[in-house]
Amino acid sequence: MTYRKESVRTHSAILPRTFSGLVLAGAAAGMIAAGPAGAKVEGDTIILGSANSLTGKYSSNGIDTQNGYDLAIKKINEMGGVTVGGKQYKLAVTYYDDESTPARTAQLLERLIEQDGVQYILGPYSSPTTIAAAPVVEKYKVPMVEAEGASRALFNKGYKYTFAVLSTSEQYLASAIGLAAEVAEKNGKKPSDVRVAMIFENDAFSQDVRAGVVEDMAKYDMQVILDDKMPSDLSDISASLTKVKALKPDLLVISGHNKGAVTAARQIKELQVEVPMIAMTHCEGAKVIDQFGASADGYLCPTQWAETLSYSDEYFGSAAEYDKLFKETYDGYTTVPYQAAQASAAVLVWKDALERANSLDPQKVRDALAATDMQTFYGQIKFSEAGNNIAKPMVLRQIQNGEYNVVAPSKWASHELVWPREAMY
Amino acid sequence: MFDNLSLLTQLAPVLNVQLLLDGLFVGAVFVLAAYGLALVWGVMNVKNLAQGEYVIMGGYFAWHLGTFGIHPVLSLPLVFGLMFVFGWVVYLLVIKWVISRDLFTSLLATFGIALIVQQALNLAYGPEVRTAEAGFGTNRLFGGLVTVADIKLISFGLCILLAASVIVFMKKSRMGQAIRATAQDPRAAKIMGIDTEQVYAFTYALNAAICGAAGVIVSMIWVIQPFYGIPHSIRAFVIVTAAGLGNIPGVIIAGLGLGVAEQYSGFVLGLEFQQATALILLLLVLIWRQIQLAQHRQVVQ
Repeated sequence: MTYRKESVRTHSAILPRTFSGLVLAGAAAGMIAAGPAGAKVEGDTIILGSANSLTGKYSSNGIDTQNGYDLAIKKINEMGGVTVGGKQYKLAVTYYDDESTPARTAQLLERLIEQDGVQYILGPYSSPTTIAAAPVVEKYKVPMVEAEGASRALFNKGYKYTFAVLSTSEQYLASAIGLAAEVAEKNGKKPSDVRVAMIFENDAFSQDVRAGVVEDMAKYDMQVILDDKMPSDLSDISASLTKVKALKPDLLVISGHNKGAVTAARQIKELQVEVPMIAMTHCEGAKVIDQFGASADGYLCPTQWAETLSYSDEYFGSAAEYDKLFKETYDGYTTVPYQAAQASAAVLVWKDALERANSLDPQKVRDALAATDMQTFYGQIKFSEAGNNIAKPMVLRQIQNGEYNVVAPSKWASHELVWPREAMY
Repeated sequence: MFDNLSLLTQLAPVLNVQLLLDGLFVGAVFVLAAYGLALVWGVMNVKNLAQGEYVIMGGYFAWHLGTFGIHPVLSLPLVFGLMFVFGWVVYLLVIKWVISRDLFTSLLATFGIALIVQQALNLAYGPEVRTAEAGFGTNRLFGGLVTVADIKLISFGLCILLAASVIVFMKKSRMGQAIRATAQDPRAAKIMGIDTEQVYAFTYALNAAICGAAGVIVSMIWVIQPFYGIPHSIRAFVIVTAAGLGNIPGVIIAGLGLGVAEQYSGFVLGLEFQQATALILLLLVLIWRQIQLAQHRQVVQ
């Protein structure tokens, strides 16, 4: 962790105490105006800033995120840093802890921008905190590259300074619809014959996922035969699963965070639900393989990134090499969370944009960010007008004999899809 | 909604069997927690808001014992004992001091206990959902359209066994008789030489133990999470209110009925209405009671 003291604070220490309030305010305003120019670059170091969740409910993923940022910073600095205007700069990050509270994230970003003069922001962890951060960077016209906020609320407000390297939540299960259409065509059926059952939690994330599924279903003109919401405590969805058994859909999609996934996996096992294709978010978080064994075979689980993908770049090499380097650098990881990988990718985007802008002016860097089109170990990155990454697909992994194997999109797949799923109840 | 109904009446009427069975199995668990509440409410006039938290706590004990390789079914008596001790301690620390106070004091105190238990479980086990796996199979009926998990059958049997033994205990044993005597008239019981203080402690501990046992079953057939106690508390209150205090057959019927009603409303109206069922039923029962009372008053006049 690199916590930095800014030069602004040394200025305030020499202010005589006898100054009147008015003069103080004037001086403070002057400092803010003067601050950014001196603080965003210290000597030969470009300072990025981030308010991240180091304590509180998001802390475990917040720390993954920070590790991802730090690993990429280290790698870039080792490889000679960033070249802007013919001069080589190192990168460093000023971190603050937002305590997993969105209101605090917004406050700390104001502090980073106003007091510390940081002009390049790395996003916080989680959608709610990123939603709080986006209006702040917008207000100060300071660009932010974020890696951990997937909510659609970030991309339908016309923000110009927020760029996200990850796939948005509507994309989580949409790829399963495409896959179902592919399978139908392969079996000589029309995609419009595919009958889909949906069970979603009634919260912002899962409803975003649902919106993406519905949108893609409309493209293929598929039929919804069940559209249920989970009960608030998510402990029993057997009534819906009983309906699924009677209606025999071709595809069952479920999303309800870890809790919904545990309930679904347990009750699918108990009720022996036989659907040829089941797609569900949060399989890994819910540890469905450990808990429900062979009954979970064949589930399709979306992920932002997997170390088995064949993406690669000049910094980290392949996804597998990133995975190896990350495990060597940080203790206690048996698998590398995708949250860390996308955080590293966000730093790569900053380097690329700073070099292409060939300037430290935030507006020019912002325009360079908007024009990003690069291949990374995390996948292709290219931003839409709204700032979300439209080049990287969501990856679908299927549980096959207790392993997560990438089966879609077919271009990057390491294994064939097993269809219909062969679950051992 | 109507297509769901036609599913039940025409397309696959056999699904009724599934809903009925699932409802009865889970209703049996509701009965246990409600019975414990009826006991504490009837004997001590304490409305225990921590009922659901004791259920979840029992579930976590079963899960924890499971990590030592103890099968959840076998952990049931252990959890029963642990929760009995825990209940006794809570009685000495908190309940004892509020028992003679008014309604709101005991409501607040037990609500406080509920919050503390929730947070303690969250600290100890984290916010992730847990399940205790019994590892039993599933029976298929009607060509697999109806399935009955062995664990649900076993749980149902355990519920009946537990409820029956508590009822026999209350009727036959000296302590059971003392509890009933105290419930009828604490002063008279005291005069007859019953140590009512101990009866109260025992009753509260027994309630915690019954809830804990229900929790073991919940962890085997549903999922547990530190903050999932509230729906269980609400159900217990609804069942006891509907059945009336001291009406054991009523509690059993109301509990099983609520289980079935939840499954049906989840199926017909949609899952999001499943938990609303308990409250809607409570409203209906209270309205019905009012009508009954009004009629009764007219007769007296």
